[in-house]
Amino acid sequence: MAWRTQPVISPRSGVVAAIAIAALMAAALGAVLWRAEGGRGLGPADWSALRFTVVQAAVSALVSVALAVPVARALARRQFMGRGLLITLLGAPFILPVIVAVIGLLAVFGRNGWISTALGWAGFEPVHIYGFHGVVLAHVFFNLPLATRLVLQGWADIPAERFLLAAQVNADARAIRRLLEFPMLRQVLPGALAVIFAVCLTSFAVALMLGGGPRATTIELAIYQAFRFDFDLGRAALLALVQIALTLGAALMALRLGRGDGFGAGLDRPVRRWDANGLGLRALDAGVITLAAAFLLLPMGAIVANGLAGLSALPNSMFRAAGVSLGVALASAAVLLLLALPMAIAAATGRAATVETAGLLGLAVSSLVLGTGLFILIHPIASPAAFAWPVTALVNALMALPFALRILIPPAREVVRTQGRLAQSLAMPGLSFLRLVLLPRLRRQIGFAAGLGAALSMGDLGVIALFADADRATLPLQIYRLMGAYQMQAAAGGALLLLVLSLALFRTFDWLGARHADA
Amino acid sequence: MKYLAFAAGIFCATGLAAETPELTVYTYDSFVTEWGPGPAVKAAFEETCGCTLNFVAAGDGAALLARLRLEGARTEADVVLGLDTNLTAAARETGLFAPTEIEADYDLPVAWDDDTFIPYDWGYFAFVHAADMPAPQDFLELARSDLKIVIQDPRSSTPGLGLLMWVKAAYGDDAAQVWTDLADNIVTVTKGWSEAYGLFLDGEADMVLSYTTSPAYHIIAEDDTTKDAASFDEGHYVQIEVAGRLAASDQPELAEQFLNFMVSDAFQSVIPTTNWMYPAVTPAQGLPKGFDALVEPREALLIPEDQAQATRDTALAEWLGALSR
Repeated sequence: MAWRTQPVISPRSGVVAAIAIAALMAAALGAVLWRAEGGRGLGPADWSALRFTVVQAAVSALVSVALAVPVARALARRQFMGRGLLITLLGAPFILPVIVAVIGLLAVFGRNGWISTALGWAGFEPVHIYGFHGVVLAHVFFNLPLATRLVLQGWADIPAERFLLAAQVNADARAIRRLLEFPMLRQVLPGALAVIFAVCLTSFAVALMLGGGPRATTIELAIYQAFRFDFDLGRAALLALVQIALTLGAALMALRLGRGDGFGAGLDRPVRRWDANGLGLRALDAGVITLAAAFLLLPMGAIVANGLAGLSALPNSMFRAAGVSLGVALASAAVLLLLALPMAIAAATGRAATVETAGLLGLAVSSLVLGTGLFILIHPIASPAAFAWPVTALVNALMALPFALRILIPPAREVVRTQGRLAQSLAMPGLSFLRLVLLPRLRRQIGFAAGLGAALSMGDLGVIALFADADRATLPLQIYRLMGAYQMQAAAGGALLLLVLSLALFRTFDWLGARHADA
Repeated sequence: MKYLAFAAGIFCATGLAAETPELTVYTYDSFVTEWGPGPAVKAAFEETCGCTLNFVAAGDGAALLARLRLEGARTEADVVLGLDTNLTAAARETGLFAPTEIEADYDLPVAWDDDTFIPYDWGYFAFVHAADMPAPQDFLELARSDLKIVIQDPRSSTPGLGLLMWVKAAYGDDAAQVWTDLADNIVTVTKGWSEAYGLFLDGEADMVLSYTTSPAYHIIAEDDTTKDAASFDEGHYVQIEVAGRLAASDQPELAEQFLNFMVSDAFQSVIPTTNWMYPAVTPAQGLPKGFDALVEPREALLIPEDQAQATRDTALAEWLGALSR
């Protein structure tokens, strides 16, 4: 393992990025603690919030990933018209602002939703969506797309030669499962679980709304309460630390479970599957894809239907906000890649634990606490409003970082593993390796990560609310403000605009990445 | 590098235009949208003041106060517009506000005597429902009915806190029991007013906690008379929205001038059809048509500022206890 002690490309800049992120988070938390004036510590209500948060996040992550495996498998072994577009559309729930997505979800599953209405015609009671199962349903709705993409990536990372070989030895679907798919899943699933667990840990508005009341109080809501109801910054920071500890605990477990050997070298041929041609398997995959598409796309359809009427009534402020959001999203995607690429390289060359842990911090730290901390740091120096856009772009990039790392690290590791030795034997300098070998091979994943980062940034309400003045609102903030002024129809139009822009942004990056990768 | 260009652009933009005096007013989000009072207020005040009026929006009333506390005396705000009577005690305690001389002939449902904060609008909390539906007469009838309501969380929402105080003011020690009885009527609890009102409009609940003035929005702006507010026999809790000027302001005269402007006709006549609340001083031309159709509560309930804090904490514990079961 000589290449591991002296890697083909230096992990240094990635480690520096990881340390910088950790330092920024520590500074923000420290600032909040520094401004705290002796509040009360954690009470019984906080502990029950903690319990609820962990249970709902764990169940949501398990269900999301369990459902994602058949969906990803079906998508991995089928080629059909519009497959790429479908995969993009399936990602929509994940990149929408939660309030918009929830309204779409309720249009289908709510007391007055499509399903309840249909049940009513048939003489049944309406669906009862509000409760623990509602929280899980909403979180699965948001995270199934992400889980599916991560698992699908796992399938795509199995070299085509493996399937070719399997076909030559007449391996059936079961044998392929045992020899190729299970080992891949063992590596991919723990990471996917950890990321989704982390996403659900900081959920607040959705959990409360679908949970049906204060039983569904999460840690993030407790932080919100500490901040604005009690102005107890110490408790807010303590609760934020609890969130971090939980996320990092999950991450460490995932890293430990996810260890395993890769699939070795392939020649990057397109995958063909000879094992899944049976009629039964085809019907199964078609059924799975249809169900998943219905679950994820019907609420999107409701958002589109709601928004069409509002499109004509869109005020100028909405278009200005859309412009702001596009700028912030592009900047955020750029920052994301500047952080994620060096970190993925560092992880691929043996610093996985440091990098992945630092990467998860962006998800683990409550955006309210992070925003407040940055606000406290910036306020003595400059007007926070002047930093509204850069701070939002940075925080959004940090939030998208765990996803980008999950996307980039496995293929980066594979490239270093398979091409590193040859490059070293040629005494290829690190930068040349990056430019000639690594980046071209990661194009597809870089496009995907940038697209996801940009789209996530478009839809995030996050810290902008703390910083923006009247003229610097992003699109999600503007939508929220219009809802607060009775302008539900204009807000619905804005939501549709956001949906279209986010998907277009995502699709463009994804396409740019895939265009040359397939050539 | 887009990122740097971005940051540079912002710095340049804020560096310009320091000639005319600037008045910075912190307020809540819905105030500054084009449908809110913000644009009309800015235009009207700038006509007379020879200054630039800048609004900074920061969430809602409670978020405003939290932001002020974070900024302390270094705040850029000259005036804060959008606190309410549940927040004035805590706001006063910060010592950040300066007394004001302004007095006006207020049309409030309660007597107003305050040397720091001036009221600019007010409203009654109420449950809004479809006009063709028979509404309950009080909380007890609501609790006995099968009606489904959606409310806001008092920990994250101003109306949510208002409802908590309403039940407490009406029922005192029996408030916990009222909440227990109401538990099966509550479809869900939302983070803020917007989510709850959206759910109601989408048909997820029969009634939503809002204001008696909400139907006026539908009547005037949408020509829609299908919404009504239920009048409760216990009386309705009052929300009075106030403004105050900051002691550390570098524009004290301008700030006082703005507060004075706030109780004048130019400001007050904008309020009813933009903020959808009652003006604190009825403008000369009276209330717009559509406001006369609104329910008039029999009694106005308001817990005095000095008891509000303690009441709030007890009421929250009761609310959590009753609804977490």
